[in-house]
Amino acid sequence: MLEELRSVYREYDGRAAIRRLNLKVRRGQVLSIIGPNGAGKTTLLRMMALLDKPTRGEIYYMGERVDDSNVRTIRGKVTMVFQRAANFNKTVHENVAYGLGFKKMSKSEIERNVMRALGLVGMEKFANRQAKKLSGGEQQRMAIARALVLEPELLLLDEPTANLDPKNVLAIERIIKEIRKKSTVVIATNNPFQASRLSDRVVCLLNGSLIDEGTPRKIIDRPRDTRIKKFVRGELV
Amino acid sequence: MSKVLLDITLRSLLISGSATLLAVLWSLPIALTISMREFRGKRVVKSLFTALIGMPTVALGLILFIFYSTGPLSPLHLLYTPTGMIIGQAILITPIIVSFVVSALESVDPEIKDLARTLGASERQTSLAVLGEAKKGATLAVVAAFNRAISELGIAMMVGGNIYGYTRVLTTTITLETAKGEIALCLGLMAVLLIIVFSLTLVINLLRRD
Repeated sequence: MLEELRSVYREYDGRAAIRRLNLKVRRGQVLSIIGPNGAGKTTLLRMMALLDKPTRGEIYYMGERVDDSNVRTIRGKVTMVFQRAANFNKTVHENVAYGLGFKKMSKSEIERNVMRALGLVGMEKFANRQAKKLSGGEQQRMAIARALVLEPELLLLDEPTANLDPKNVLAIERIIKEIRKKSTVVIATNNPFQASRLSDRVVCLLNGSLIDEGTPRKIIDRPRDTRIKKFVRGELV
Repeated sequence: MSKVLLDITLRSLLISGSATLLAVLWSLPIALTISMREFRGKRVVKSLFTALIGMPTVALGLILFIFYSTGPLSPLHLLYTPTGMIIGQAILITPIIVSFVVSALESVDPEIKDLARTLGASERQTSLAVLGEAKKGATLAVVAAFNRAISELGIAMMVGGNIYGYTRVLTTTITLETAKGEIALCLGLMAVLLIIVFSLTLVINLLRRD
């Protein structure tokens, strides 16, 4: 088990965003968290990335309980790519190299790793471009390269293809299929068909509660729960 | 430029430059704390710093005069010294730097903080990353603060005392020479002051452009 959330509860301004949720992330799998907007997917992902603490409940990483003493070390093994790619006001190369600056690495190693990561997302030629001047799809690919260069054990992708054109959606899905060979991947998406294309396992979240989990075939192709049926049919946005 | 004028100009630059550096040293951590941490009374603190931007220099000069002469700082013998002027000017410009830098930091994409953290940055490195994104606004804050320091008169006169060859700076010289009727000299001094202020602002604006 790579990461485990036990009875996790999270509230914002007195309102429950995640309610007593148990979730296990198995090493080497692609897990999709599906649910409509406002279901709590991003909140859940932020806790899994150890950016936010649960209000109640515990998070375990490789069997070790996460607390203030080990959170930064463990966070070094987990990387999150945000829905709206936030980028440093620097070049693509500098953006991708940012996280490597905290590791003991020579300049030539950093250069090699950055170019390899950019190669994986097809952006070698963009290395010297200003990140903020890239298109939405290019920015998202760069954000994935910036996460991949750190070789995380667990990669969390929050709506990685939201607001992208079909060409970029295909490009990013191809990249995710490549990534899964090396990292465990968790994707938050409100697109059940994308989850079906990419995942080994799917969990469905609604109003902060985990409704059901299982294979894409079980959850998306043959849903039993009426709420999931509605969501898959696009009646629950 | 005569030797006396050069001497006064260099002293002005040294005193106001040192005051700016000193103010930056304490203002940046204050601004980072205000913008990146949540605490009770945060809005009040921000409003207070904004209100203090308009502090009249003679009022601060008078307060410092009392503190330096008979108040708790009198044992330090800061009255009528360049050091006393530097501290006074640094206090004067602190609200400018804090308010402008807080504003610049708050305009940075809030996800930058999370981005830095998820890429392995410590809290200090995260603060530096956010500050790096706000560097244009922060630079402008420092330039505005320096311009305020070098242009102010109240503190320079009341705390510095306008001592020839020691605490006499451009603004106090202009005041003195105007009183003596030396208008031509004053115009020259004013030109020097304006050249410093405008050229610095111009250079910084050019550097701030992408």
